[in-house]
Amino acid sequence: MSQRDARVSRLEMRMTVNGTAYTLDLDPRSSLLDVLRERLALTGTKKGCDHGQCGACTVHVNGRRVVSCLTLAIQADGTEVTTIEGLSRDGAPLHPMQQAFIDHDALQCGYCTPGQIMAAVACVHERHASSKDEIREYMSGNICRCGAYVGIVAAIEDAASKMASG
Amino acid sequence: MQPFVYTRAATPDEAVRAMASSGPDTRFLAGGTTLFDLMKLGVEAPRTIVDVNSLAALSRLDTSGSNELVFGAMARMSDVAADPKLVREYPVLSESLWRAASQQVRNMASVGGNLLQRTRCEYFRSGEPFACNKREPGSGCAARDGINRGHALLGGSGACIAVYPGDWAIALVALDAVIDILGPRGERSISVEALHVEPRDTPHIESTLGRDELIVRIRVPASPIARASTYHKIRDRESYAFALASAAVAVTLERDIVSDARIAIGGVATRPWRARDAERGLVGQPLTLDTALRAGHAALAGASTTPANQFRVELAARTVADALMIAKARG
Repeated sequence: MSQRDARVSRLEMRMTVNGTAYTLDLDPRSSLLDVLRERLALTGTKKGCDHGQCGACTVHVNGRRVVSCLTLAIQADGTEVTTIEGLSRDGAPLHPMQQAFIDHDALQCGYCTPGQIMAAVACVHERHASSKDEIREYMSGNICRCGAYVGIVAAIEDAASKMASG
Repeated sequence: MQPFVYTRAATPDEAVRAMASSGPDTRFLAGGTTLFDLMKLGVEAPRTIVDVNSLAALSRLDTSGSNELVFGAMARMSDVAADPKLVREYPVLSESLWRAASQQVRNMASVGGNLLQRTRCEYFRSGEPFACNKREPGSGCAARDGINRGHALLGGSGACIAVYPGDWAIALVALDAVIDILGPRGERSISVEALHVEPRDTPHIESTLGRDELIVRIRVPASPIARASTYHKIRDRESYAFALASAAVAVTLERDIVSDARIAIGGVATRPWRARDAERGLVGQPLTLDTALRAGHAALAGASTTPANQFRVELAARTVADALMIAKARG
């Protein structure tokens, strides 16, 4: 389809990402994932399958985890978005979940890790991290092709206790 | 992806008017987890989108009533799944939601939109060069002689054997749920069971919903039978997969004899499938693994198989039987 197609309309949207307010002029077809990566240069959020099956693009919209690949950017109009870059800012210590992923070797190649960590933080906030089985169930939307699952579950258990006490 | 004009409705009436006054290539946008996915694949190519996400009136859920539970169509799957009354008194409903998709997708997807989730048939999703009567009427069905391990055992036709993929609708059908539908001439109500249609020779027609109609709420009659209920889902992996076979069941026993039973099966049929013969056969019997298995086989009566999917007849029958035993233990 031609870029000059007269039917290509534009939309204006506002959203806050990691505490910074943005006003954006959008092609309505844009996914939130592509806007974060291509327009805002926040490339921590990863594109895996682009169909909601792998979880690599997980971010928080108004505090809830979503897959940004299946979120039309315009659906995030007026919301607050948090990406992996927003978990720990300006030289502050790492978020307990980030530190736990390092401590427990919860990754190999690292491509799924930003999505894993964003899903894991939400998993703890939702109180879905009370046991290994519950963590596995509520983290099932995040695929790790390296198979670092044992480390991921251990990291979430560890971080959950630190997040509760911190 | 084909360009589209995006509009946002402020009220349900405005949404329906916008749909009625625009062309046939117009779609409502709820959670978007099916629509946007299929737009990326070129299966859906709307020219206009009417976003119904800001219709706050449709997001409410009320499970406090003594006659019925009411779910606004725009309530999100994760919120409904976690409702304490559902978890406690209607486990079949809660489980059908949290055993579907992932928490990310459940945070996005609406309980109204979920009813209209489209099939996961790979030939439907893949596009050319594969024939698909659902995607392109009259083109044929590549699944009939293709890879059909996951295709329908019940309700299929020569034109289509694509499975209805949802879980929530199976549980709703088991509990005689109703949907309220808003159209240009006002509201009407139908049972969830009357929403989906078998493919016959028009597999592109999947529901009885008019194109200018919007599901506004789902109502479930309050019933003590739901306390002893479950949604049992068997998959290739333990979580985040579509059902190879599933069963939504509820039972009431009086002095160890079944006085009421509800059985609906998913993952094996072209539409949500209520197994009334299996229910009737169980009433008046003691509930044992033997009678449960008989009910399971009765639920699969009339199954039509291929060499690749015939194992799912026995799998589904045993899924029903196991579900009945789980429900019994909750009574």
